[in-house]
Amino acid sequence: MFYREAGQFKTSYKADQALFPILQDRIGMAVILIIAFVVIPAFANDFFLTSIMIPFLVFALAAIGLNILTGYCGQLSLGTGAFMGVGAYAAYKLTSIFPDANVIVMVLVSGVFSAAIGAVFGLPSLRIKGLYLAVTTLAAQFFLEWCFIRIPWLYNYNASGAIEVPRREMFGFIVTGAEALPITRYFVVLCITAGIAYLMANVLRGRIGRSWMMIRDMDIAAELMGVRPLRTKLMAFAVSSYICGVAGAMMVFFWLNAAEPSSYSIRLSFQILFMVILGGLGSLGGAFMGAAFIWILPVLLKFVPGLLGIDIAAETVEHATFMIVGALIIFFLIAEPHGFARLWQIAKQKLRVWPFPY
Amino acid sequence: MNAFVADEALTPAGPQASGEAEVLLRVDNVSLAFGGVKAITDISFDILKGEIRAIIGPNGAGKTSMLNVINGFYHPQEGTITWRGKVRRKMKPYEAASQGIARTFQNVALFKGMTTLDNIMSGRSLKMHRNFFWQVLWRGPAEREEIEHRKKVEEIIDFLEIQAIRKTPVGRLPYGLQKRVELGRALAMEPELLLLDEPMAGMNLEEKEDMSRFIIDVNQEFGTTIALIEHDMGVVMDLSDRVVVLDYGKKIADGPPEEVQASQAVIDAYLGVSH
Repeated sequence: MFYREAGQFKTSYKADQALFPILQDRIGMAVILIIAFVVIPAFANDFFLTSIMIPFLVFALAAIGLNILTGYCGQLSLGTGAFMGVGAYAAYKLTSIFPDANVIVMVLVSGVFSAAIGAVFGLPSLRIKGLYLAVTTLAAQFFLEWCFIRIPWLYNYNASGAIEVPRREMFGFIVTGAEALPITRYFVVLCITAGIAYLMANVLRGRIGRSWMMIRDMDIAAELMGVRPLRTKLMAFAVSSYICGVAGAMMVFFWLNAAEPSSYSIRLSFQILFMVILGGLGSLGGAFMGAAFIWILPVLLKFVPGLLGIDIAAETVEHATFMIVGALIIFFLIAEPHGFARLWQIAKQKLRVWPFPY
Repeated sequence: MNAFVADEALTPAGPQASGEAEVLLRVDNVSLAFGGVKAITDISFDILKGEIRAIIGPNGAGKTSMLNVINGFYHPQEGTITWRGKVRRKMKPYEAASQGIARTFQNVALFKGMTTLDNIMSGRSLKMHRNFFWQVLWRGPAEREEIEHRKKVEEIIDFLEIQAIRKTPVGRLPYGLQKRVELGRALAMEPELLLLDEPMAGMNLEEKEDMSRFIIDVNQEFGTTIALIEHDMGVVMDLSDRVVVLDYGKKIADGPPEEVQASQAVIDAYLGVSH
């Protein structure tokens, strides 16, 4: 009943094409941003930041990346984990080659490498569609993972074979390395994720975003309307891999501090894919919701028995969490195959017409 | 309705009105085969600027293949296509699109996940040029370009009387409206030649009347040349200036509707003859 657009008249196309044309949406977004930038830093403890918020934002960004490719351009990919790894290894090499450079710039630049590699592995997409394309991206996953293990130059010939993040400072704050404060990391991750999400929202509502969706919905018609399939698909691969690369670099630089090739395995690819499917293909908000569901829910579920005062063994809790999350995934996919984003839309529509059914 | 076209004083369209009309597209001795299947055999015809040209024929006659040849989706093994006085080389569909050939599809080929507005905006793709950098920033040039094209799209929405479904995802629209949105999408390209593949298939009488009216209006208001495939003979005979009839990939008749209707070869093709 509070969510109504009645009485909000638009007098220009500019106002009609805004990201949030409805006042209530703008207020909601402002509240979310205030919570993210003010309330959480003010009240959250280190555990909440390092174990929940930072990984959540990193995964949300990766999910945005995959969503652009799979949700908006319709190209199924199982190579997300590897593309994230490319970003991480590129950022690691860049920071060791240019020790004095700003580490955030290096993280953002590392995405360019993963964009290039993503575009190369996107080449088969001109001929191959759907599940078959997924299999070719799977090749990217295995090949790149092999590279991370077998090319010692990538991890500076470490004996451990892992990449460890060096300590870097910016404006007097330690940003990366083991001594960096969670709050600093949180702000860096939040700014990058929010910034990229905003820029992508811009791309997706314009000509390029539409050309991706045209390819997704009806590639033949798109071609007959003047969209060049190869160029458009490769662009989606490059942009998607760029974002995944940045997310991968952030994952090791601002969250894990150190990473092994196995951090970027097929498991990660699937995890991100599930976030995208569960959140809603073709929705930026869905990427955040999916990431929250897959990452935050299990962490929170582990605290439920403690809060209720039930004393059970840690392993039991762990297993119960798996079962509950799995059951919930199935439940939500049956209830709404188009993901949380669609559920959210339906809820908004119901509110709009309340108290009438339609 | 032909008489109506000729009487219209304002119309720039129609070969009758402009006397000796310019040939927009000419197809010369085109043959197309898929392996051993001959889809089109040695077909020649022309489309004059500003006319409504119908292509008819029984099922499997090669009508849709002909359209696919015209907009560059198929490449004929033999023959030439002359577009605005120049022989066209082998081209990709998007090149044909950029030269001003738009089309609609027999089975609605809209972008299902997008709204009516976005679908019609997608027709403007070729006319929008801001690159990725400006698109990312949005504020400034990209936004101005978007608004400029939105105005054009709104004109088409007004023209087709689909204001109410502007923000509706097209997958949710009834079939008749989907066909109309598809026409709008093709119109957004501001084509010189509009290819309509069975624009009235599966429509009821009222929807057919509406669609016929839109086709005539497009032809007269925008001066767009139209080539249409249609099975409803009443519609074809009323709308078109000239008709070409195909059967088994061969041209069997070509001329004004009355002449074609009277042709023995056409009657035989449609009714069948005893051997």
